[in-house]
Amino acid sequence: MAEIKVDCTGETCPVPLVETRKALRKAKEGDIVEVTGTHPSSKKEIPMAVKALGLKLLDIKEKGGTWRIRIRR
Amino acid sequence: MAEKVTIIVHSGDMDKVYSALIIGNGALAMGMEASLFFTFWGLQRLKKGGLEKGALSKMNMLGLGKWMVKKKMKKAGVASMERLIQDFKELGGKILACDMTMEIMGLKKEDLREDLIADYCAVGTYLSEARESKITLFI
Repeated sequence: MAEIKVDCTGETCPVPLVETRKALRKAKEGDIVEVTGTHPSSKKEIPMAVKALGLKLLDIKEKGGTWRIRIRR
Repeated sequence: MAEKVTIIVHSGDMDKVYSALIIGNGALAMGMEASLFFTFWGLQRLKKGGLEKGALSKMNMLGLGKWMVKKKMKKAGVASMERLIQDFKELGGKILACDMTMEIMGLKKEDLREDLIADYCAVGTYLSEARESKITLFI
């Protein structure tokens, strides 16, 4: 199982959401996609997309304005 | 079948085309299908080299306002329209061109971004897409 890292630091709407989706499309079932970013709304909205896509949100961490979201395909 | 968003892009103004592209990309990212139907002034943005040419819908001030807004957008890290439209295609979004507008404005297929356009069509196509859409917008 692969772990795919997506760095959206400094990117704004809609890029973190779009890059997450692009990575999830490329991932195989069971792979983990880890997205890092700084855009505040994306921290709330990526989990909404994960739910809509029926995938599993593993965890969300935030430190000093940078968040990291882990998703299982 | 996935839920769907259908957007009519009637305006060719930069800020409005941005809105359409952002909503379209957001929909695809959230697992929906999305179609953008470019008509009238909106279709001008699909001319070769025309994507970024739109004026600002308010306070354009002969391009000065647009220049200032673009500068601020760059500073805020906003993606270019070209990047957004490529992402839209990559995520499976559909770009439709209104053929009546093409006739009125004397535009041929080769004048337009054929690399982006999935189909050339009319109101019937919009309606058959819109009637099965959860969301439809006129921008």
